[in-house]
Amino acid sequence: MATVTTAAPRIGVPGALKHPVLRKLLLLALAAAILVPLANARWASGSWPAALTVDFSDQLTKASVWIIDNRDSHPLFVYFFGHISNAVVLSVRAVYLVLLAAGWAGVTAAASLVAWRVAGWRLAAGTGVALLACGFLGMWIPTMQTLALMVVAVLASVVVGALLGLAAGLSDRMDKILRPVLDTMQVLPAYAYLLPVVLVFGMGVPAAVLATVVYAAPPMARLTALGLRGADKEVLEAVESLGATARQRLLTARIPLASHELLLGLNQTIMMALSMAVIASVIGAGGLGDRVYQALSTVDVGAALAAGVPIVLLAVVLDRVTGAAGEGLGEEPRPNGRARWLFALAAAVAVAVTGRLVGRLDWPEAWTLNIAEPVNRAVDWMTDHLYSGVPVIGGTADWAAHFTTWVLDPVRDTLQWLPWWSLLLIVAALAWLIGTWRTALTAVLAMAAIGVLGVWTPALDTLSQVLAAVAVTLVLGFATGIAAARSDRVERLLRPVLDVFQTMPQFVYLIPVVALFGVGRAPAVAAAVVYALPAVVRITTQGLRQVDPAALESARSLGATPAQQLRQVQLPLARPALLLAVNQGVVLVLAVVIIGGLVGGGALGYDVVAGLAQGDLATGLVAGVAIVCLGLMLDRVTQPTERRAKKGA
Amino acid sequence: MRVRMRTTAVVAGVSSLALLTGLTGCGAADMTKQASPFANAQGAKSVTLSVQSWVGAQANVAVAQYLLEHELGYRVDTVQIDEVPAWDALSQGRVDALLEDWGHPEEEQRYVKDKKTIVPGGDLGVTGHIGWFVPTYFAKAHPDVTDWKNLDKYADQLRTAESGGKGQLMDGSPSYVTNDKALVKNLGLDYQVVFAGSEAAQITQIKQFAKEKKPFLTYWYSPQWLFKKVPMTEVKLPAYKEGCDADPEKVACAYPHTPLQKYLNADFAKSGGEAAALLKKFKWTTEDQNEVSLMIAEQKLSPEEAAKKWVDSHESTWKAWLS
Repeated sequence: MATVTTAAPRIGVPGALKHPVLRKLLLLALAAAILVPLANARWASGSWPAALTVDFSDQLTKASVWIIDNRDSHPLFVYFFGHISNAVVLSVRAVYLVLLAAGWAGVTAAASLVAWRVAGWRLAAGTGVALLACGFLGMWIPTMQTLALMVVAVLASVVVGALLGLAAGLSDRMDKILRPVLDTMQVLPAYAYLLPVVLVFGMGVPAAVLATVVYAAPPMARLTALGLRGADKEVLEAVESLGATARQRLLTARIPLASHELLLGLNQTIMMALSMAVIASVIGAGGLGDRVYQALSTVDVGAALAAGVPIVLLAVVLDRVTGAAGEGLGEEPRPNGRARWLFALAAAVAVAVTGRLVGRLDWPEAWTLNIAEPVNRAVDWMTDHLYSGVPVIGGTADWAAHFTTWVLDPVRDTLQWLPWWSLLLIVAALAWLIGTWRTALTAVLAMAAIGVLGVWTPALDTLSQVLAAVAVTLVLGFATGIAAARSDRVERLLRPVLDVFQTMPQFVYLIPVVALFGVGRAPAVAAAVVYALPAVVRITTQGLRQVDPAALESARSLGATPAQQLRQVQLPLARPALLLAVNQGVVLVLAVVIIGGLVGGGALGYDVVAGLAQGDLATGLVAGVAIVCLGLMLDRVTQPTERRAKKGA
Repeated sequence: MRVRMRTTAVVAGVSSLALLTGLTGCGAADMTKQASPFANAQGAKSVTLSVQSWVGAQANVAVAQYLLEHELGYRVDTVQIDEVPAWDALSQGRVDALLEDWGHPEEEQRYVKDKKTIVPGGDLGVTGHIGWFVPTYFAKAHPDVTDWKNLDKYADQLRTAESGGKGQLMDGSPSYVTNDKALVKNLGLDYQVVFAGSEAAQITQIKQFAKEKKPFLTYWYSPQWLFKKVPMTEVKLPAYKEGCDADPEKVACAYPHTPLQKYLNADFAKSGGEAAALLKKFKWTTEDQNEVSLMIAEQKLSPEEAAKKWVDSHESTWKAWLS
């Protein structure tokens, strides 16, 4: 209704028709004026009308029971899925056995030497220290399990992603089909991927690896396609004029020209695979993620951190090494490069063999360091002193209660009070204003699908949490981003903090927020804010810093104060970056709000958790699809017209 | 040229499929018979145990793991899985044993009676009971709160930001056996069930309430180590009668007392050797379990240390399992 009334008074102004924004709003108002009375007359209700919902739970339950009953006999499973599952198990096992056979010394040496060759001495030292730290924390075996799973998942993702990317890069038709699918896959919360694979493969490593591949392959595919399509036309023409065949052109020109994008794709795939490998502990992936999960079930923040730190170390090392490999690509090869590689290989083998001869394959137990206890003491102190009754500012639990009653409840109640068609209109208006009629249509259809699935009310509950979290994230993120853009020192201080926070497993955030804010929607929102903040800060900072120095200089010479420079020059010029920050913020917040179901966030996230936990796939799948729709809607509503080349925090 | 490209793609596809089958062997591949890739590494005899998210289950597993590793020389992997999915994993052989089950008749019918992929492993020796609890300090001040008929009187005091105008009945993890929503509805109580989402979250919340001596009403169960830290008193619900919880929508009675059960994968039970024999004989008391649970959850000992302490002081109990 709100849209209709705001647009209506302007109908009489003919000049308004020339303005695209107003024209869109007018058209929408016109459509609404016809459709809304019809819809309202037929299904007069505030919430989504029951007549328009379809109940899938019977079919879904039947399907899941059928799968469980036929998993060991039906040809589809025995001859197809069974082989996939078997291949995954065998490959993970093979990698795991190799890692164990190399022993801790061998693995550390090999990793450091590889890092030395591709990224130099400093990163090599960092890699070695990081791996040793994993051992010191008593996490050597879980680290190797996660690593084995990761190696297989990353290899599979790279192969699948590169093949898809090749297809999309060479054929326009494939590109048209694949691009929207890949774009969409990137904005979906990881949780939504877990249920379908569990349905087919059951709990365990195969399901975990496959979910990881589905999650991590898209960036590789997008960047491969991008690299192939972005190749310099002149170079290609030159190669063609030399009479090269299609295959020669591909192998000698297009792929080498795309190598930067390929390496960037590899880097993003590795990072996404790692974050998924942790979340997949919910479906029996084992390894470090499982340790975090187990520790959280006993409110053991210290133990969760002991398993979380190796994950962060692995992430930082892998990110830096692949990143450095990408940067070093354009340089001339060193004269004796091959000899150095041989030396590195020989040294790694020598260390592994020595380790074997000395009989020190397992990490010695005496060398482990127990960080769990001091961490837990610190957390206890925090809960004791900050929870409630702190003079003047009140305790964290009081804040959470106030946030719930003053922000979350009103937002949720408003959303649920609004008639269903008005929400669809708002979505359409927002998506159309910022994008094209296509994005608007997708957004509206996604929103309507949520209603059809019969989860309108919980979805709005989730939406209210997302909106509140995004608002807080943007306020904090823009403020921090502006501070970092104005001062080099602030940025230098922030950079390592942001790096660590961006790679932390989402799980680890949950327990400290419960300790601080209690159980409910407020802690879920808090975890989401902490998770999304680094990306928003980073994008804002970059956007502001890239503002044309000449524009700033001229503003300064005209005597603008720093505040005026910021408001009238930097912020308007950085608008695309700020919009991107909003989009990223929304996507990341949604991912964690969903996981917030584990700490009382309720709504859709809870349904997914409950579906996984009770083996009730009907509930879980419906909620999962609704999350997908919600993610799609939120992305389209915040998505500027031109798609960015790359995404991902 | 385009045709050539397509043939290349087809060849690549076919060869990768061939590679896949080559890798896993021709013919049928039954994925329900595939063990964890981390099992039996380097020729060690190994057992995979499923751990549920509550500490009592961790205590069972910790002691079983300690004995398997130190007395029988096995390598033990543990995997955290919720109750219902654990049955599926057990049936598939991804885990070998489930040491504490709170009663899942539907799964028992499917896997034990129909498919015969799981066999019962006997009593754990512990009797479980689920109920509604208030903190003892609150029950002492208001003795009549322990009858469900008087609960509405206290709904005001038990209200929170999440329960929206009604009293809050706090539930834990969605994976646990619960009839609470139906109970509240069928008993006509002025309460709202609020799921903490996980047991960890629920325990944190209970401890916070207890520290401030605030009243609360929670779904809880025994045996549970938290009773030692936060004494709680059960609220009497209409008495349990056999079959009164048959229809989950119409439940209006208390929860039963359940003797907790162990289950083993059928193949493991047959060929699991000493490990299977130990797990079948594994039987201890509520006190034993609580002792270990408390060491893990409250004194923050690692499960292994806690198990070692218990094993050192209860030799006569576990010696009987090994014979």
